[in-house]
Amino acid sequence: MDIGYYPGCALHGSSNDYGSSVRACLAALGVGLRELDDWICCGATAAHSLNHMLALALPARNLAIAQRDGLGELLAPCPMCSMELLKARAALASSAEYRKKVSEIVDLDVQATTEVLNLIQVLQRVGLEKIKEKMVRPLTEFRPACYYGCLLTRPPKTLEFDDCEQPTSMESILRELGAEPVEWNLKTECCGAGMTMADEDTVLELSHKILGNAGEHGANCMVVACPMCHVNLDMKQPDVDRRYGCRHELVVYYLSDLVGLALGLDESTLGIDRHFVTKH
Amino acid sequence: MPTRIDTVDIDRLAHTSVGDCYQCGKCSAGCPMAEHMDLLPNQLIRLVQLGRIDRAMRSQSIWKCVSCMTCSTRCPKSVDCAAVMDALRQLAVARGVAAEDRIRTVLFQRAFLDNIRRNGRLCEVELIGVFKTKAFLADRNIPLLMKDALLAPQLMKRKKFHLRGERVQDRGIVERIFQKCEPAMAASPSAVPSANGSHHT
Repeated sequence: MDIGYYPGCALHGSSNDYGSSVRACLAALGVGLRELDDWICCGATAAHSLNHMLALALPARNLAIAQRDGLGELLAPCPMCSMELLKARAALASSAEYRKKVSEIVDLDVQATTEVLNLIQVLQRVGLEKIKEKMVRPLTEFRPACYYGCLLTRPPKTLEFDDCEQPTSMESILRELGAEPVEWNLKTECCGAGMTMADEDTVLELSHKILGNAGEHGANCMVVACPMCHVNLDMKQPDVDRRYGCRHELVVYYLSDLVGLALGLDESTLGIDRHFVTKH
Repeated sequence: MPTRIDTVDIDRLAHTSVGDCYQCGKCSAGCPMAEHMDLLPNQLIRLVQLGRIDRAMRSQSIWKCVSCMTCSTRCPKSVDCAAVMDALRQLAVARGVAAEDRIRTVLFQRAFLDNIRRNGRLCEVELIGVFKTKAFLADRNIPLLMKDALLAPQLMKRKKFHLRGERVQDRGIVERIFQKCEPAMAASPSAVPSANGSHHT
């Protein structure tokens, strides 16, 4: 199976551990990734906070490139990117007049044909059976708190993925691989997302609540599928500990890290050795 | 003098109908930032209903909002509260009335977009440099200026620090997209299709 790949800025920048992890994990499952040619940033929170038209045009340019190059499916492992791509796609689907206007803005014909997928959806397409067949090392020592955050499931009308209040798709995959995901309360609470730089107090407070609740419910690690969640829960965890005088000691894995470990990949191939919080 | 903004302008920018809100407060109940807001999400919606957009635009709350979409997801009347927040932010910046104590968020988002305009992709080191400088010139806060300096060697050790970011080959198209989108800036709310695929009229 070959699919289009939109890494987005984070996976090519300070979240390159997620990039390594996604590539290695999917390669082991026989999924080839064709990176989108000369892709541009999706605009993220800044664009939708400051300029509505720009927030639709930037992702639309990427959809146009995918369409030009015949990529019917596009994996965007960052939920911010995938939501912005999906919002642009929905707006394009709304009228021919608008498709014409946006095509003119982005210098390429763009329809609403490209399908946008997150990491979990790609794993679901590979199929639980097939992933399990390739498992060489069951994840028996892992009791993860699966954390979805905001943009994997919200807004549900745009994303049409899992249950927006009580998602279970990550648990289903990990349970199949021998892990014991815990039941906990804050699966879909926000960690502060892109506010890491601009409003650190907010990020520390929200991340502290999330890490604390996961620990109280018996988790021995966290699992995420979002580079911003990872920054706030992993990179900021030492700051959270200092601010609130505690020691959460929770390793934060990307979903592809744990699936990759089950497939027999090693920690450095998956980029796990580049995390801030590591096993003691 | 810019023209007066009214309820219908927010409806048009946010592709929603704030008049549908019956003040159940579910948006504020689920908001992770509610306890830090000067006005709760349902109170902001009420101000917009009453046409008091000016007061809403000056609120700190719109810059405390983390765009997590919980409010819009849970609204029983499908009012897109998160999109109203976006609309109020766009208008507050376009009209220069953003709450002064939230200026760091505004500066960060502006620096982010300028960065994309120049490079096509985010260059993190450049963004942090520009943002830190501008924020320091605005509030002269030395601890905040220095705070993340220790992060650089930590990121370097993990090969996560790239002094020169990536740039797209075709930077011309990025600049043209920005230019063509500029008239759509919130100074004059214009009709653009919404993300949920429906036109608001």
